[in-house]
Amino acid sequence: MLTGTIIYAIINSAILALTAIGFNLTFGISGVANFAYGAFYVMAAYGVWMLIHMAHLPYPLAVLISIGFTTLSGALMYRFVIVRIKGQTLSEVIATFGIGLSVLELFRYFGFVGFEYTLPVFHDKSFIIAGAYVDAQRLFILAFAVALIIALWLFTHYTHLGLAFRGIAQDERTALTFGMDPDRIASLAVSFGAGLAAIAATVIVPLGSISPEEGYDVLIKALAVCIIGGLGSSGGVIIASVVVGFAERFTDSYIGSHWTMIVSLAALLVVLVIKPSGIFGKQKELEERI
Amino acid sequence: MKRRKERIDRGIKARSQDIFALSSWREMLYLAGPRLLPVLICLLLPLILGVYWQKVLMSVAVFAILAISWDILAQSGMISLGQALFFGTGAYCSGIMNHYWGLSPLLTLPIAAICGGLISTLLLLPVLRLRGVYFSMVTLIIPLMLVRVIEATKVFGGTEGLSGMDPLPSTAFEVYLIVILLLAVLFGFRRLMDSDYGLVLKGISDNDRSVINAGINIYWFKAQALFIAASIAAFAGAFMTHVYMFVGMPVFALDYSILPIAAAVVGGPGTLAGSVVGAFILVPLSEVLRGIGGLRIVFYGVFLVVCIVALPEGIFHYIQRKYHQIERWVEVEK
Amino acid sequence: MSLPLLETVHLSKSFGGVQALYDVSFTLKEGELLGVIGPNGSGKTTLVNLITRFVKPTSGEVLYRGNPIHHLSPHKIVRLGIARTFQMVRPFYQLPAFKNMIIPLYSPRAKGLVGGRYGDRNAMALDLLEEVGFERDSFVAYKPAGALPQGYLKRLELAKAIALQPDLVILDELFSGLSLAEVASIVPIIEKMRIQGKTIIMIEHRLRELFRIADRVIVMNYGSKIADGPPDTIMEDEAVKSAYLGSETDSGD
Repeated sequence: MLTGTIIYAIINSAILALTAIGFNLTFGISGVANFAYGAFYVMAAYGVWMLIHMAHLPYPLAVLISIGFTTLSGALMYRFVIVRIKGQTLSEVIATFGIGLSVLELFRYFGFVGFEYTLPVFHDKSFIIAGAYVDAQRLFILAFAVALIIALWLFTHYTHLGLAFRGIAQDERTALTFGMDPDRIASLAVSFGAGLAAIAATVIVPLGSISPEEGYDVLIKALAVCIIGGLGSSGGVIIASVVVGFAERFTDSYIGSHWTMIVSLAALLVVLVIKPSGIFGKQKELEERI
Repeated sequence: MKRRKERIDRGIKARSQDIFALSSWREMLYLAGPRLLPVLICLLLPLILGVYWQKVLMSVAVFAILAISWDILAQSGMISLGQALFFGTGAYCSGIMNHYWGLSPLLTLPIAAICGGLISTLLLLPVLRLRGVYFSMVTLIIPLMLVRVIEATKVFGGTEGLSGMDPLPSTAFEVYLIVILLLAVLFGFRRLMDSDYGLVLKGISDNDRSVINAGINIYWFKAQALFIAASIAAFAGAFMTHVYMFVGMPVFALDYSILPIAAAVVGGPGTLAGSVVGAFILVPLSEVLRGIGGLRIVFYGVFLVVCIVALPEGIFHYIQRKYHQIERWVEVEK
Repeated sequence: MSLPLLETVHLSKSFGGVQALYDVSFTLKEGELLGVIGPNGSGKTTLVNLITRFVKPTSGEVLYRGNPIHHLSPHKIVRLGIARTFQMVRPFYQLPAFKNMIIPLYSPRAKGLVGGRYGDRNAMALDLLEEVGFERDSFVAYKPAGALPQGYLKRLELAKAIALQPDLVILDELFSGLSLAEVASIVPIIEKMRIQGKTIIMIEHRLRELFRIADRVIVMNYGSKIADGPPDTIMEDEAVKSAYLGSETDSGD
């Protein structure tokens, strides 16, 4: 039982990390808290579903198109809404929240609720690892999460755009003096975040079914993980995912599945009391504003 | 011949500044009218409306109070995405006190307001030191998390909630209580926000470095603003518990978080009166649109985004501007 | 010997990899006017930020009247009697100038001034502004701060500091952006503060104007203190000259 729990805990952490990375990236780079994040996640999943069932496209193609479409939506949201109100936190928060809300409830209104809204798993097989059943999809998620994190690391350290992202994330003003266009970078950051949400969706959703509720759940989880780990810090997100992932899984196995959300809430409150800026939070409070 | 739009104060506005306001009935009416008229309407409406619309009026008042609470926080630099947190905490506090300890509503209402305010403030105290976005995020997820916690642990009635609360003395009492409270909150806190105390709060929101530099503890002031706003909203929650004689998970629903923001933004952020205007528009509208179900929220969402981007000043400001100023085209000299 | 009003002991600050301030120690006697000068980036503003605790020191201490203050919150330090102005003036632009004074007058430090809890801050604001040169009959105090020229904005900053009835005033580049005439009209206000017994630290780039009024000057370069003495000795100091002008050996090609 213990090894099984540990394995599932690792996988749970991978899922959380995948979910939260996009939100963290957008915020770290452009300072935009994208409250429509959950909506992008769900939109991508429904997109794949619709492309498969209505346009009869093959699964991989549907996935690619949906991810692309979601990324584009992120850019459009930036271009038409955020850019007019960028810098005014009040408006940014309300606007992204309003958009996310409208999209999710629109899906709910049009009846996209029910068990038939599922995506097929990539490979229908199960393995036995250390005495526990683990299905291929979950293993894929784990491998994919690791691969994605490595890919992102390489991206932000070895490509021009990635280095630009890191630069702006560390010190916006200095980065701007190097001639980077803040709007373009922010737009890319929002699109990237949306795209990562889409990628996470296509990989994770096959485990269950899609529903608009997922959108809110994803947003909550991403926010919780990011706050615990420290907004803007990728290392923090990973550590927080592991902490919360393990806590949730062990609670589920040894105490009862009802308590998992309480554990997450408790973790959040504990972090807020001890170190509100998160585990690796770089909240410089006053210093950064002088 | 080029023309431009010019806006100047109306004659009567200039004539009613300072002590000159007392110079004639007309000037006094100009100033008193906009304040007295809504008060009179609010007080007379319950008499002419039928039972159904009285309930709608109560709903309007509740959401208006939530919107005012939101506006106070927003002016102090805290954008709450979770008015439902304060509302729900107050609702549960009064529900618990009435259900388990049998306290009368006349006691539970004020106590729940204070307790709800206190609990919410304590919960949010740690994030006051951080950037504003943290506050928004935490206020968003805590009520949603609480819903799931209640659902899972079945505490305080769990999914069924607590029912069988004592009602308030009479429907007339209910309606007038909330309406009068709304007016008291509106005018009372309007004065507060216009006073020097309010200026400090707005200063914290605009340039907190400056306020710290004056030796003022900004976190203490933020906590005060939070407590005030949370208590008002908690009272609204406690009130609803006794009106419906029920409290359950739905009190933490997103509806109670979103509609107040929409009302404040549409009506005019930064003026408490705008929140009331917004509530008077949106709540009856949402009743009328009840038939289209979930699409309502889509409607709010879209409306919200459009207003925030295109008409940030809000309806109240627009009306206020028209009342005080006239616009006309003038020619531009070369 | 009386206790120095302010003393820093081996004060250092590094931001990540950048050493902004390194081992700076100096004392300040009550009633002195101390000038702090140095090329751009030499750590002058960091020093002020450390004293007023807007920034935490990496090591070292700051003592005020003999008591350590470097671990207190910034607003508590203001309440002890230290006031500062900012190099980058940022008033509340849409508010009239006198409304900008309300917040400092709301401070616990301003209690004596405003005559009780419900005293009229508006009237006091206008009085204070008049003392720093906002002529009453021109009604300039009623103009929105966004419409005021730099000279008036600097005076507003000064008035905000004076409202806090401080014992130690730190002025960060007060003279920058002002014409000679404007500087000449602000100096009497500073003199008046000295007569009232206030101790003043002035960070400046305008050396000529500063040297006329300073008792003592500290020179900073690359985060360290390189000289400390009365203005005439400082002007002759070799290290100071090379810091500002570059020495003969490093006139490169």
